[in-house]
Amino acid sequence: MELNLALAPETLARWQFGITTVYHFLFVPLTISLAALTAGLQTAWVRTEKEKYLKATKFWGKLFLINIAMGVVTGIVQEFQFGMNWSDYSRFVGDVFGAPLAFEALIAFFFESTFIGLWIFGWDKLPKKVHLACIWMVSIGTILSAYFILAANSWMQHPVGYRINEAKGRAELTDFWLVLTQNTALSQVFHTLSAAFLTGGAFMVGIAAYHLARKKHIPVMKTSLRLGLVTVVVGGLLTAISGDVLGKIMYEQQPMKMAAAEALWDGEEPAPFSIFAIGDVDKGHNKVAIEIPGLLSFLAKDDFTSYVPGINDVNKAEQETYGPGDYRPNIPVAYWGFRWMIGFGMTSFALGLLGLWLTRKKFLLPGHLRVGDDEVPHLSLLPGRALGPTLTKWYWRIAILTLGFPLIANSWGWIFTEMGRQPWVVYGVLQTRDAVSPGVSQGEVLTSMIVFTALYAILAVVEVKLLVKYVKAGPPELTEADLNPPTRIGGDSRDADKPMAFSY
Amino acid sequence: MELHDVWFVLIAVLWIGYFFLEGFDFGVGVLTKLLARNRPEKRVLINTIGPVWDGNEVWLLTAGGATFAAFPEWYATLFSGFYLPLLLILVCLIVRGVAFEYRAKRPEENWQRNWEEAIFWTSLIPAFLWGVAFANIVRGVEINSDLEYVGGFGDLLNPYALLGGLVTLALFTFHGTVFVGLKTVGEIRVRAQGLALRLGLVTAGLALVFLLWTQADKGDTASLAALIVAVVALLVALGAVKAGREGWAFALSGLTIVAAVAMLFLTLFPNVMPSSLNADWSLTVTNASSSPYTLKIMTWCAAVATPVVLLYQGWTYWVFRKRIGTQHIADPAH
Repeated sequence: MELNLALAPETLARWQFGITTVYHFLFVPLTISLAALTAGLQTAWVRTEKEKYLKATKFWGKLFLINIAMGVVTGIVQEFQFGMNWSDYSRFVGDVFGAPLAFEALIAFFFESTFIGLWIFGWDKLPKKVHLACIWMVSIGTILSAYFILAANSWMQHPVGYRINEAKGRAELTDFWLVLTQNTALSQVFHTLSAAFLTGGAFMVGIAAYHLARKKHIPVMKTSLRLGLVTVVVGGLLTAISGDVLGKIMYEQQPMKMAAAEALWDGEEPAPFSIFAIGDVDKGHNKVAIEIPGLLSFLAKDDFTSYVPGINDVNKAEQETYGPGDYRPNIPVAYWGFRWMIGFGMTSFALGLLGLWLTRKKFLLPGHLRVGDDEVPHLSLLPGRALGPTLTKWYWRIAILTLGFPLIANSWGWIFTEMGRQPWVVYGVLQTRDAVSPGVSQGEVLTSMIVFTALYAILAVVEVKLLVKYVKAGPPELTEADLNPPTRIGGDSRDADKPMAFSY
Repeated sequence: MELHDVWFVLIAVLWIGYFFLEGFDFGVGVLTKLLARNRPEKRVLINTIGPVWDGNEVWLLTAGGATFAAFPEWYATLFSGFYLPLLLILVCLIVRGVAFEYRAKRPEENWQRNWEEAIFWTSLIPAFLWGVAFANIVRGVEINSDLEYVGGFGDLLNPYALLGGLVTLALFTFHGTVFVGLKTVGEIRVRAQGLALRLGLVTAGLALVFLLWTQADKGDTASLAALIVAVVALLVALGAVKAGREGWAFALSGLTIVAAVAMLFLTLFPNVMPSSLNADWSLTVTNASSSPYTLKIMTWCAAVATPVVLLYQGWTYWVFRKRIGTQHIADPAH
């Protein structure tokens, strides 16, 4: 197909990568966190034999499965689109970048996919503890998967442990251990995993709030609410800490990205933190800027006086190192992406903290506000007084709304980190425009982009409708079979002609 | 044997594993129209592969990832060159995965029928296209001096490749039918036996022509040996089906896939993607492979991880060893 769209060859390929990857990452954090949270609930069931934990396991497990199905299938595209749209990238970096991908498939994907099958179909085939071990295996698989792919991405952010083979025109691995353990990789893993738990926690809180506001499924949803709130607060706190660590590393490794994140055009000492800015990209300065003096120096270097280089300084330095060119990313996207990431992420953290206080447990509450296990908790802001019905209703509403905030924060986080690295695909080593497939036409890329976008849009509607259906239905009633798991692997022989506990 | 030769063998093993395993679950997907007479029977079929199809599919992702790591040039040329067929395969695999997971999540008949329709087509199309793709790899495609594919989409649809597609489709469906015979109980098991006999004959005819064509074009002694193993295994598999030896039949239909795919890789070596324009422009195990250091790390990883994977995947098949019949399918779906 011949098509001249007057676009740079990489533009469509970048859009496609952006669309498919951001979409994929809507499911990834939920998968990671819900696997672990479901495993935690099932552990509570196995240890205490309280039915509310089994009901919670079944309820959140179902939502987890609806979600992971989408995560898995959209992940297949990720494995192949480097070859499809980015063949020159693949040729150049395969020696380094391919290894963590292969490790991910061989170690993590097999783990996840095999044990998820065992967990889904294993309710009446595996003894209780073996069945529980399966969901923990899935959880380990999701975390290993995140680790390997983030190590690969970190190498694009900050390439280490390689050399350039001029004769072959490619990067070659020299130190795999360094690729796996460099501080960029470890802090990205830390940041991404904690954000994943913030996401899953908020998801749990939102859905539990939906039922509690309607006074339904109270014992299960109260447990879920507390578990979700604790996860949000711990996850949120760790996200903030790891974000600070990662930010400081990025000031060392990619000063351009961080200068763009702050729309700091020229270096300052001390450097201010920008609250709001309207910039002029052509002239290289801000027309409007509201700033907090010295705070950026602190974020970058841990003191209030240090020099932080600006966009124009780094651009000049890179021109001296890499030759003439424009080394600035899309500044408004970096600036606003950074703000949306922090804003939405930390709002959900703050609301989680508020929720944890409002729903605090017995020993912090006076007697008349304490409730039994099957009553909706009183929300109490001030000691000794419960919130009125209007404020209570609003708290539940906001809690439901918060469910979406971390998803928005995650998406902007990736858009910021990937677009902030431009024009590089591997920072300082390979530019994005040199990474595309020379043999693939614009028409082909456009075709696949339209196909994936349309398919993903349809599946999004299907998925969300299904989630809503199962959210509204609430936890299932437990059956005889649920309460009497088999004692032998493969199922007890007395069950030979019984219907399977789960079937497609 | 140098490391890049080892990795040629390992990549072959991954593809063989993929076609052996996903081969029968593609086949089962096709059988939802070919063998099932009613919707409970369709569900029996789908549930024979329910716990395992996802793990089977990971063999493909691993083959892809390992090719990226061990032969970056191969990965780059293959997937940018076979762009549109690969796109179609990816779309099928996406829809197929969702179809399995979502089909029973709503009770409405329309909803379930649509997903069943999807399972059929998204099993049939990749089963055909993988044959087309591999036949083209073996036959050689237009690769220029930069190792880029310069042919068009139409060039991939040549008679040899289309025959290759029919062979994989027929072989996977036969393999799936034998699998169903092994995993079900009741009337569907009996009918699977009858269908396996008929399908096996068709498969034998198609495969014989395709493999002889391959042998005549590209073969050597080793590939001839693999060809003989493949054909004999298929014929003995047919005998086993007739004799009602279902376990043997499945092992032998699997052996047919192993030998046939091995034959294709044997005719390739030491090329990984021969160029039809100029033999010097072919991708080979030498010019397409990664550095020895990367290959060494990958070898360690594969040596440690692969046996473990085989162990726990094998265990899964043992856990779900019981045959399934319509009486095991709960109604309504939940």
